[in-house]
Parts: sequence; structure tokens; C-alpha cells
Amino acid sequence: MPTNDHTLDEILNLAATHFKVPREKLTPDDDFFKTLGIDSLQALDLLTRLEHHFRIELPDYELQGVSDFRTLAQRIQSRL
Amino acid sequence: MSEFKGQALSWQIVNGAIELTLRREPCNEIGLATLEELEKFVAALPELAAGGHALVIHSTSKAGFSAGADLRELYHRSQQVEKAEAARGVRDFLERIHTVMNTIDALPMTTIAAVHGVTFGGGFELALTCDIIIADRTARFCFPELRLGLIPGFGGIPRLKRDVGNAVVRDLLLTGRSFNVMKAQQIGLVSQIAAEGEVLRVARATASQMAKFDRTTVLAAKRFIKPIPYDELKQEIEIFCNLFTQPAVKEGLRKFVENEGPQPYLP
Repeated sequence: MPTNDHTLDEILNLAATHFKVPREKLTPDDDFFKTLGIDSLQALDLLTRLEHHFRIELPDYELQGVSDFRTLAQRIQSRL
Repeated sequence: MSEFKGQALSWQIVNGAIELTLRREPCNEIGLATLEELEKFVAALPELAAGGHALVIHSTSKAGFSAGADLRELYHRSQQVEKAEAARGVRDFLERIHTVMNTIDALPMTTIAAVHGVTFGGGFELALTCDIIIADRTARFCFPELRLGLIPGFGGIPRLKRDVGNAVVRDLLLTGRSFNVMKAQQIGLVSQIAAEGEVLRVARATASQMAKFDRTTVLAAKRFIKPIPYDELKQEIEIFCNLFTQPAVKEGLRKFVENEGPQPYLP
């Protein structure tokens, strides 16, 4: 199973690529809504891409109140 | 009217298939303007059916197929009138949209929903009227109505029950969670998955297959395979209208409409 750090790194890479943000500008504790400049519909798009990438199913209610990459990685890690 | 371009919808015949395009930004929210154009579409169907062997419904919105009912319009309209009048307005809207949905459901040709991105609430319900759902990898489905103190009102529950097992219906309805295309295919809702941006091409290829079949046979098969749950659909309107008068609904709508944060579509 990948480590939490590895999962976090993959999330940051995927987010940077998809939303066309320089990877070096993203850090684990960033508020991804602000850093990526996305709304809730785009956040659902990110969730869909993460589910495909990690081959998991993550109910969106688990993301309630989650806005930083580190916590997002923990939620994903718990489904791997 | 073999071609139409309105504010919310357009339609035309492409290679013998009727293509209904949802084109109201930001994400094809279904309010009165969309309903009126859907009614025009349904009225035009006898003429369109003469030249079309299949129907493909798709969206040009980048965000997705449809985010469902126009909650902002519903909230503001219900704020402007007395409670009883608001309830009458909701019932009238539901009866009209059910007529549209039931007509599409029963069309004497094969119908395909080509969906991508957000396919929520009323948008999901529109897709469920179709015989086949084809989705691209970005598609995400959800019945979020319980978050607002409501149930789906455009025929979603009876049609979902028709297509999948009751345990799945309970899971999706009672959690209000959204789910991706892999899950949708796994539970039997989605028949084909297309690469991102390819769903209309795949739907058109599928529609062209329909042209090979005898229309009378297609209709006979469809009536046998896909019964329309009219009694439950009527029951759904009653339940929705009863719930609509509850204070929780007004509060749920207010929260959604006044939410200026980035998460109104997240539970």
C-alpha cells in the first residue's frame, strides 16, 4: 500500500496537471479551493479524477469541510 | 419544427437521429425557461419522429449534463408569493415536467442520454427517462434532494427503481451522495463509458446502429422491456408536494441559495 506521503504527492501532481497550476506552488496545507481557484462543481470533478486515479470510491460527504490537500490525502488513504 | 435554437435547448436531426442539446449555462439548471422549451420539443416530436429513428440528449455545458432543478428560481419564486400559491406553482411545474418526461420515456424510438460531468437531481432524472445512458469518464451522478428536505420530483425514484435494485436506490437516496461512472456502470445504470469529450461521438455511433432495426419491432420491444411506472410517478408528485410545505425545505433552499462559499454542491 502506498504511504500517506506518496498519496499526497500523487494528489498534488494530479491537481497541478489538471488545473494547470505549477506543481511547486502547491503545498499539503493549501486550501485547494483557493489555490486551485475552484468551486464545488470543479471540486467534484477533482474527486472524480482522484477516484479514477486511485481506483477507489470516496463518498462526497466525507469531504464535507475538507479543503486542504493533506486531509484529502488522509481520506483517500483510508480507502486504499 | 425540425430545428430549433432557444435559450435553454436546441434540437436538430443529425444523420437520422434527433439531437436534443441542453445549452443553458452554467449547468443546465431546469427552471421555467427550460420547461417551456422542453414542452416545445415534446410538441415537435411527432414531426421530428418522422425524420428521426433515435433520440440523443446531450449537453454543451462544460460543467456537465445538468445540475438539476433551478433551485435559485424555485427559492425566489416561492419567496414572492403566499405559501399556498407557491405550493400550487410547484405542483403545476411538476405535473408539466412529468408530462414531458413521460413523453420522452415512451417515445416510439430508442433514446440515448449522452452525459458527462455533473448529472444531478433533475438532470439525472432526465437521463433516466432514456433507454440507454452513455457516460464519459467525468460523469458524476447524484440525487441530492434529501439535503433540501425533499425527494426527487421529476420521476427519479420510480425510474431508478425500475432500473436498479432497491438497496442501491436506498443507498443513493438516503445518503444523497454522488457517484462516478464506474459505480454507475457497476450498478447497471450506464451501458457504455466513453473517454472524456467523446460521449456524443459514441452516442451517435450507437444511434446509427438503431437505424438498422424495424421501428415497429423496436417499439414492441421497448413497451415490453420498459414499462412506465405511472402510478408511482403520480405518488411521487404527492409526496414531493406534501414535503414542499415543510419548513425544512425553505431553510434548505435558503442555505443553498445564500451559500457564497465554494461548497454549495458538496453535502
